[in-house]
Amino acid sequence: MQWTKKDILDIESLSAEEIELIFETAFGLKEISRRPIKKVPTLRGKTVVLFFMEPSTRTRISFDIAAKRLSADSIAIAAASSSIVKGETLLDTAGNLRAMNPDIIVIRHSYAGSAHMLARSLDISVINAGDGMHAHPTQALLDMMTVREKKGSLSGLNVAIIGDITHSRVARSNILGFTKMGARVQVAGPATMIPPALEELGASVAKSVDEALSEADVVMMLRIQKERQRNFLFPTQREYSIHFGLNASRLSMLKPDALIMHPGPLNRGVEICPEAADGPFSVILDQVTNGVALRMALYYLVSGGMRDADAD
Amino acid sequence: MRMLIKGGRVIDPGVMDEEADILINQGRIEEVRTAVQQEGPDEGKDRAAEKDLSETAVIDARGLLLVPGLIDMHVHLREPGQEYKETIKTGLMAAAAGGFTAVCCMPNTYPVNDSASVTGYITEQAARCSGVHVYPVGAISVGLCGEQLAEYGELKAAGAVGVSDDGKPVADAQLMRRALEYAGGIGLKVISHCEELALSAGVINEGAVSTRLGLAGIPNAAESVMVMRDIALSELTGTPVHIAHVSTRESVEAIRAAKARGTLVTAETAPHYFTLTDEAVNSYDTRAKMNPPLRTEKDRLAVAEALADGTIEAIASDHAPHSRLEKEVEFDLAANGIIGLETSFALGLRLAEKGVLSLERLIAAMSKNPAKIIGKPCGIAPGLPADITIIDLSAKYKYSADKGRSKSRNSPFDGWNLKGRAVYTIAAGQLVFDLSQEE
Repeated sequence: MQWTKKDILDIESLSAEEIELIFETAFGLKEISRRPIKKVPTLRGKTVVLFFMEPSTRTRISFDIAAKRLSADSIAIAAASSSIVKGETLLDTAGNLRAMNPDIIVIRHSYAGSAHMLARSLDISVINAGDGMHAHPTQALLDMMTVREKKGSLSGLNVAIIGDITHSRVARSNILGFTKMGARVQVAGPATMIPPALEELGASVAKSVDEALSEADVVMMLRIQKERQRNFLFPTQREYSIHFGLNASRLSMLKPDALIMHPGPLNRGVEICPEAADGPFSVILDQVTNGVALRMALYYLVSGGMRDADAD
Repeated sequence: MRMLIKGGRVIDPGVMDEEADILINQGRIEEVRTAVQQEGPDEGKDRAAEKDLSETAVIDARGLLLVPGLIDMHVHLREPGQEYKETIKTGLMAAAAGGFTAVCCMPNTYPVNDSASVTGYITEQAARCSGVHVYPVGAISVGLCGEQLAEYGELKAAGAVGVSDDGKPVADAQLMRRALEYAGGIGLKVISHCEELALSAGVINEGAVSTRLGLAGIPNAAESVMVMRDIALSELTGTPVHIAHVSTRESVEAIRAAKARGTLVTAETAPHYFTLTDEAVNSYDTRAKMNPPLRTEKDRLAVAEALADGTIEAIASDHAPHSRLEKEVEFDLAANGIIGLETSFALGLRLAEKGVLSLERLIAAMSKNPAKIIGKPCGIAPGLPADITIIDLSAKYKYSADKGRSKSRNSPFDGWNLKGRAVYTIAAGQLVFDLSQEE
């Protein structure tokens, strides 16, 4: 199939066929990162702006490395050093960036819908690197890519997502993505962290963490943020780790071939114990490795592929 | 100058629904002559014709509907302080174009209308404008800060018809109790913006749409717990309370039950709550952001049903002009509110045409009922102020916010095909809007 999308904004707007094409492309590009000279000229002369209005290490570096391995020039802007702190609006900042003729803008922002807003106002490609609690499509794609790599297919798998679903853009995008690709998704966590009408996204809510884990082929643990204690969402980290964390006793009840995932950064000893994070079924670092290939694939696809890049 | 409106269908809710001529003289209705009276053998002559009509303007209202001047009891005129969004002048032009002969303006201006001097400023500015009546609503608390009662006696003397901290709830139950008691004694209506702030830290309705869009939700209970509190305080004090912009089915149920046991509670809702649901927010459209937020279909139906059975007696637009500065930003940062003066009647008529409520009830909800709540005269009878709206029920048009009279454009109904509009608006005997002169 032919890639036609200008932007990567959320999982909803991608078809299963497009997601497959992204995987195929990413698997093909993965090998570049294992070469002694980890660089191809594919996007030479293209400019990628990494517009990060929210703190990020892993995602920003992943996008940055992905751009450099394809020979694109990448420029990172962080919130603290941008004009946003001087009161400039998002659309004005974006308009100014656009005036410098970049080819792709990657945006991370704390407000839901900001990537969509940018994409509507700009004629260049926008890739959403996380918008508020809404979507984190590249994370979901690299998660699915990792499972597909390990399990061969996503169809028919049981995926358990455990933790703060309400505040998680990773959970939303993964629920939409995995169900779109034929997997079943169950979520579990404190009732304070399960949003209403989750069934409409395609996920079911398990009665307990144990119930969600018992049938799971894939276990995705979400980071628990300590700040949430202030909003009365959970009592203490201690209680959380006992009742909702992937601890040693829960680890022993998993299916023997269950994959353990986490979008990072980890809170060791809170939502995930070291035995789970470092054990044989953890694919947490594979997720990070695949993240680079996946983002290379997205740059490649939204840039129109090899033909245009080589034309010069 | 005199004005004769001939041949229209006159609906004065609860009084009449028939063809009649209306003669206006010196700002008041002088005569209402039905077709039967005109043909009556006893008189044998047309008294209106008998008088000297050479100085009388004649409006041919055949095929049109004449109703008591519409009243919007909940608008934000933004002046003083935010004239870049709206001025009293532009707001009243929008009101007249929407068929309104009177509006109540909320006190969240800069400075806040918590004093006789601000109320006086508003009424003086309004007097220089088109002739649409402005009934200011003063603040419940000084500066809308929820700490001290404003001077209700002074506010009333300066022309205020009620008090409200609209835009903010009165969080302190004791302050609300005292406000009801004190205002009740003075003879001012308390209009309550019902919101429990501890529950309402969100930007849209809490439900499937907030889950999908990843936006923080505001549950229905954030409104209804306050509605229930204010009903309890109204019962405690024996004074009336008016609930502003009802949006949820739970609030409707609470008000219905309170009315059944005789509580002095009245309520209003806005056209967007019976027209739209939170689905309108899809794609992060800030024009669909308001407080209270658009709710679900169940709530929409409950609000419409409440208008039909009289649980909610008034339709008020909550006209809230905002400029592009407040709306062309991230959804979380966008200001709450939409303009509504120029679409209110047509959206109400949609309900009537669907058979949800009668035309008479719709007109009452936009004229006589709010007039009763704020204690102003309203009706079509000799001696009453000549506030009359003349409506073409069959006029079809595409609403364009760009072409509106309001300074602002923030309407989710921009581009909608609507039916029914005011063609003449007459306030105190003055023609304040004439569609034929506009286009």
